[in-house]
Amino acid sequence: MATIFVNDTTIEIGDDEKLNCIQAADRAGVKIPFYCWHPGLSVVASCRMCLIETGTQDDEGSTQMVPKLVPACQTPAKHGTVIRTDSEKVKANQQFVQECLLVDHPIDCPICDQAGECWLQDYYFDYGHETRRADIQPFSSRRKDIGNHVSLFVDRCIMCSRCVRFTREISGSAELAVIQRGHHSEIDVVDGQTCDNKLSGNVVDICPVGALCSKDNLYQQRAWFLKSHSSICTSCSSGCSIVADENKQTIYRLRPRYNPNANDWWMCDIGRHGFKYVHDNDRLLHASCKDNGSQKRLDPEEIVPVLRETIAAVLEKHDASYFVAMFSPFLTCEEAFLLAKAIKNFSSEIRFALGPSPVDGEDETFANGFTIHSERAPNRCGVTEILKHFDAHFLSFETLLSDLQQDKCKTLFVTGGYPKSWWTTDLCEHFEKSETLIYHDIFDCSATKKAHLTIPGVTFAEKEGSYVNHALLFQTTDRIIRPRGECRGEGQLFWELLQRTGLYSASQVREELATEITFFSDIADSVPESGVFLGEKRPLNTRTKQDSLPGSISQPIPDPRRPDPRTVTG
Amino acid sequence: MSDFEPVLTRNIGKENSHTLAVYREGGGYRAFESVLNDHTPEDVVNLVKDSKLRGRGGAGFPCGLKWSFLPPDREMTYMCVNADESEPGTFKDRILMELDPHQIIEGIAIGCYATRAETAYVYIRYEYPSAFRNLQRAIDEAYDAGYLGQHIQGKEFSLDIYLHQGAGAYICGEETGLIESLEGKRAWPRIKPPFPAVQGAFQKPTVVNNIETLCCVPHIVDRGSEWFQSMGVPADPDNPRDLGSYGPKLYCISGHVVRPGCYELPLGITCRELIDQHGGKIWKGRRAKAAVPGGISMGLLREDEFDTPLDFSSLQQKGCLGLGTAAVIAIDEQTSIIDVLYNSCRFFAHESCGQCTPCREGTSWSQRILERIKNGQGRLQDLDLLLEISSSIGIMPGTTICGLADGAAWPIKNAVNKFREEFESYIRQTNPENCEKTGARPSVPVSLSIETRH
Repeated sequence: MATIFVNDTTIEIGDDEKLNCIQAADRAGVKIPFYCWHPGLSVVASCRMCLIETGTQDDEGSTQMVPKLVPACQTPAKHGTVIRTDSEKVKANQQFVQECLLVDHPIDCPICDQAGECWLQDYYFDYGHETRRADIQPFSSRRKDIGNHVSLFVDRCIMCSRCVRFTREISGSAELAVIQRGHHSEIDVVDGQTCDNKLSGNVVDICPVGALCSKDNLYQQRAWFLKSHSSICTSCSSGCSIVADENKQTIYRLRPRYNPNANDWWMCDIGRHGFKYVHDNDRLLHASCKDNGSQKRLDPEEIVPVLRETIAAVLEKHDASYFVAMFSPFLTCEEAFLLAKAIKNFSSEIRFALGPSPVDGEDETFANGFTIHSERAPNRCGVTEILKHFDAHFLSFETLLSDLQQDKCKTLFVTGGYPKSWWTTDLCEHFEKSETLIYHDIFDCSATKKAHLTIPGVTFAEKEGSYVNHALLFQTTDRIIRPRGECRGEGQLFWELLQRTGLYSASQVREELATEITFFSDIADSVPESGVFLGEKRPLNTRTKQDSLPGSISQPIPDPRRPDPRTVTG
Repeated sequence: MSDFEPVLTRNIGKENSHTLAVYREGGGYRAFESVLNDHTPEDVVNLVKDSKLRGRGGAGFPCGLKWSFLPPDREMTYMCVNADESEPGTFKDRILMELDPHQIIEGIAIGCYATRAETAYVYIRYEYPSAFRNLQRAIDEAYDAGYLGQHIQGKEFSLDIYLHQGAGAYICGEETGLIESLEGKRAWPRIKPPFPAVQGAFQKPTVVNNIETLCCVPHIVDRGSEWFQSMGVPADPDNPRDLGSYGPKLYCISGHVVRPGCYELPLGITCRELIDQHGGKIWKGRRAKAAVPGGISMGLLREDEFDTPLDFSSLQQKGCLGLGTAAVIAIDEQTSIIDVLYNSCRFFAHESCGQCTPCREGTSWSQRILERIKNGQGRLQDLDLLLEISSSIGIMPGTTICGLADGAAWPIKNAVNKFREEFESYIRQTNPENCEKTGARPSVPVSLSIETRH
């Protein structure tokens, strides 16, 4: 154990922990302000906000202090390191840096999207001067268009160079650079390029001030109206941990949430902007069933009885093996488990099939190892394991299609959750071949007109549950918004189909999952925020590379600000 | 001082002094040959250590000590030669490069031999085209004569010298800024550690030396460290941190003197001697008001402080930053010190690389304050603000990565402290109505700042 002295407290850190003084002080509950440092990026120590007094204390207790201020981000915390953050020298520097940053800052907070979550604002109250001594009246909000998703407000920039380092070290595309010199320096794109790499949205997240803003939600919401919910991105099989910000049941943005097991601090633009279908006007919002050739609208509470009747009717008509239930890789583990149980209750002969996983291009890996997976479904691994448990010979999607062709499947129960574009007319034609089609998805398609029963599904944002990503990482997610229209969560639907009463509880189902299926036995205890690796544990390839970066430390970024009352967990 | 025999400038004044033939006539390359034949690299490092040669680039770091910081088990070493002479008032390296380039090459060769470097990069500033040409011609001559290249004089030692022309930025004279620029990057000084001796150019151990420092090395090899120490000011025995100021030094005199120029003198000559005896006194029969002792970043000496010896330790006692490059700029009595300081601040605001917040904003802020004072809108409290800014920026308090901000701060500190009366009377005269106003205004309502603090 290494002993670190932070102001008047003493903390112990593990010998193999590589912490800098910011992180070590954070352990002791002491916040050191910083702008340019980011645990996922290299250390430049240029903002000079984190300067502290430091020294070493030997085992006899005598202390030797360094006469100068040193940057905490660049100073490793070793055995005997003394960190002083409360001296007059440190405070004077914090005030001076804060004052310097505001000399030329256009204090346009009223029209700045970052206001409310701006580090410059927060630190001003915590470390700044009460009065302004600079006799300079800057006011301009020069805006530069630097990419499809990112807009640069030049004069708000404090030159922390996080974004420049991001494009060099993480995305590897290096479009951003510093131009000019001294206090004329500004961020710009290099020679006519645009900041359009597939991770470009992250520069907005890491910008501590309002210099880089997302065009996607520019001027749409004030930060203080947004409520944050932790969730999982379902745009690909990476399963990035995210935070979704919502106000009045409308999601405005997704941001990455630190998860060393999945995505570190980053997420891709595909996932970041991929939630729009949640608010699409073409969503299926009402259930309906075929009634004497015409479609009859069903009330929400009629769905389960009608579904039960329909299943019972087709089972009487045909042998149970002609009935196939297709499990979508967009279902959560809990939903797939409940549905599988409910269907097997009708007849154990009913066959299961795995729905198709949309694939887009090839896996794309970036400079530091962050990968966007081509498989655009969040939970194929989880659903597969559940299907394996209930039906060792479950059908692949290709077999299902050929069975439909050969008339071996007369009744088909399709579950969905697919973003709209994945349904091709070609596929729909196949589904129309079944005699009875029970269609459960979030979007209409040409097959629904033929469907015997159409049930609206909900998107990832409207349900709680858990997903297993490509590396068999099991993660849980919260509900972000209420289901739209007359939609009801799949969980509740299948819960009732199983003749259970009351409200669906994801955690209760998870307990059952853990006891009944050995693959899931590790989730019996509570699942941490960063998830649990199931099966053979596979470490993320980014880790090794990250550690070798000079000065970067794989620790969660301590939030320098006051506890955020907006954060809603659980 | 009349018995002083020029060392570094001994060839200067001869016809075609930049050619190999003339250099050899004066005993050129004798030291390099003797090093190759009779000395190990460690011998040379120890010799230079014994001579107590201190770097002539500005900081005065002992040269031999710098060489001994290289890791002993290194596989390769780079030598970077700092010829980016951009300090205002300084033109000593230019004289050497233009008029005696072979002396530099010999110095580099011995330095590389001592540090086991087989590649040397000379980073020369863009504004010195004729120095660039002469040095390149000399390098070509030295290759032809077998003083550079593979297996020099049939020995194991090989050396290549590359001349690299900068693009005209002051910050490239900072050693790690120079290395970054050499690597093709933006000249943002690096955070230390690691120091260049451990991880410098292209991530390899690197020594960075000034042109004049390296020019001293052949003479030390040739004539011994005792001879070298016979010149200059010995270390103060009562001050263990004083390392002494030995050897010859090129002093540059410019500004309001009759005979501006570069003069070689032993270290420790006083500012008054330099101006009166060598610079031919202040021009137009005027009196001096102040002088810059060693390049503008070192601060200012008042006229009554002119008897200070220009060596590595005495100037600090007068509140200056140090000897710097020993470039004296004389300022006559009719010059406004406000203009002098404005010029200095404008220079540093223009040349700050923009990496560290205190330097980037502090230099431009002080420039704008001085601009306001100059334009007759100064307030008396601006002087305290200037002093506060100047004491908050720089590597001395630890708030910046490199020393540029110290260079910006010292002229402010010295000018305001030593000429405060002049500033005050200027402000009172030009802004009689508002000079007493405080000008501070709350930037947030006080109630707001109290309410949100919890």
